Amino acid sequence: MIGYIPVYKKLIVVTLALSLLLACSMLLGLVVGSSGDSAAAWKLLMGQGETDPTLEVIVWQLRWPRVVLATTVGASLSLGGLVFQALLRNPLAELYILGVSGGSAVGAILGILAGFSLFPGLTLSSFVGSLSVLMLVLLLSSRREGNSDSLLLGGVMVNAFCGAIIMFLISVSKTSQMQKIIFWLMGDLSSAGTDTMPLLLGVLPCFLLIFLLAQPLNLLLTGRESASSMGLNVAAVMLVLLLTASLMVSLTVCHSGLIGFVGLTVPHILRLLLGSDHRILIPACILSGASYLVFCDLLARSLPSQGEMSVGIVTALVGAPLFISLLWRGRR
Amino acid sequence: MSLVKVTDVSLHYDSRPVIKNVSLSVDRGEFFVIIGPNGAGKTTLLKVLSGLYPVSEGTVQIRQTPIESYSRKDLARTLALVPQQINADFPFTVAETVLMGRYPHLGLLSVEGKQDLLLAEQAMEFTEVRHLAGRRLGQLSGGERQRVIIARAICQQSKILLLDEPTASLDPAHQLRIMDLMERLRQQEQLTIIMVSHDLNLASTYADRLMLLRDGVVEMIGTPRQVLTQEQLSRSYGCTLLVDEDPLLGTPRVSLVSEKAAATIHNGGGNL
Repeated sequence: MIGYIPVYKKLIVVTLALSLLLACSMLLGLVVGSSGDSAAAWKLLMGQGETDPTLEVIVWQLRWPRVVLATTVGASLSLGGLVFQALLRNPLAELYILGVSGGSAVGAILGILAGFSLFPGLTLSSFVGSLSVLMLVLLLSSRREGNSDSLLLGGVMVNAFCGAIIMFLISVSKTSQMQKIIFWLMGDLSSAGTDTMPLLLGVLPCFLLIFLLAQPLNLLLTGRESASSMGLNVAAVMLVLLLTASLMVSLTVCHSGLIGFVGLTVPHILRLLLGSDHRILIPACILSGASYLVFCDLLARSLPSQGEMSVGIVTALVGAPLFISLLWRGRR
Repeated sequence: MSLVKVTDVSLHYDSRPVIKNVSLSVDRGEFFVIIGPNGAGKTTLLKVLSGLYPVSEGTVQIRQTPIESYSRKDLARTLALVPQQINADFPFTVAETVLMGRYPHLGLLSVEGKQDLLLAEQAMEFTEVRHLAGRRLGQLSGGERQRVIIARAICQQSKILLLDEPTASLDPAHQLRIMDLMERLRQQEQLTIIMVSHDLNLASTYADRLMLLRDGVVEMIGTPRQVLTQEQLSRSYGCTLLVDEDPLLGTPRVSLVSEKAAATIHNGGGNL
């Protein structure tokens, strides 16, 4: 057909290209860093020359877990953004902007104060937090269908409210817990350790489930009644997607804290390049979201001459201007 | 044997009745048009027929089977809804949109095969949007977009087509194009068409039967000649409407009578 490339052909090309991109950025993430020289790290990876035990530790025990965490978090956050943009039919919807990440953080901080362990206690409490904010956001959007301004305003207010609760919790908490909480607000990946495996095991089924619901997401974008008239069980699909996406995000937020705008930047660029078909966008989002955060983290740990900054700063520096430009274009 | 049969259906919205004791039956291959003043419940009735709104009382039967016992996919294979507009905020192409109509016929992964592409192509050919296949929905004019939505419904291969004011906001040329398209669909594909319209003259020209709905109550069901009478219309719409005969087809022709024209008539200047 003229003007149409079959889905599977597009899927193969896009997946191959973006997998290559991910492989390159992961390699870069392993080789480049503030300590040790890159050429030696490259030789180590290629199995050439004599092995330097210090470098080996740096590459495999510090950089590798961090790169893995960045790929997982990046993939989840961009996919989460994509799903919420489709569910709310608003290209500006993003977990951080809508306050869902904030809710998740409140839940997690309460979990820290209660002394929960990372899994399952903390994950669960942050899941509850994100889910409650999500329900609130959905309620706001259903009352004023199609009004994206009120949705965004609602998100800003929810965020402000969550921020206030977090500040309150910080001011009543003991100093020993403070550092853990502050980490949440900054959003960084330096906590990466070998305990990221449960995270991976948790998000992979979420990815798969969301991919299976790709065509329903396409239908939903044309409107709920339109989707329903084409044979979609709208309520059931929305519920499954909401729960899956929230679970996925809560799992990652537990490890990474609040990293904003990834779910806005990556899906937006991909839609410009690839169009709106979610059967392509979902795998593309997973792969390029992963590459994007690995790259952002690379900048975060190599740009400052001393120490490092949190990756949330990099993503916000890229994402916030993009958001403003989108808002500006939408108004015209 | 009626294809769509509605018996004593009422629907309440926030305990306010929107449709009251509506009964109707539509036969296979019929062109059935629902008319009536604003707020009469026409669109609501269409959504009841498409299974989007559950009824408070009464029954809706499609092919002698209650509508509730259809699964969503089964229902979508039986009837297709053509909404006034669909969301175009996300840049789907025309071909992608039309192919969505295949959803009720596909399995879990929803990957279209050769046959599906062929059907989409035919549907686009039929509504004359094939040359737009690669364009994005947001770049199209209102008339083109409406034809894309109709192509999607054709691609759905349902035998019943429900349309919500498909000609609203279109210029006369596009109105005719859509209505002629409906007529061709009915004749070539033996589709049954149920349509909501504000345009009494289009309804008069194309419909086999009309249903006049007012305040959620059926005022009259019948052929255009039976329903489109001056007394009936003036009463239902609450304004003076002039009905005479269309010089080409002999069907009723409805004209609006302005205040100024009404004064002329009362002064003995007209032949009302």
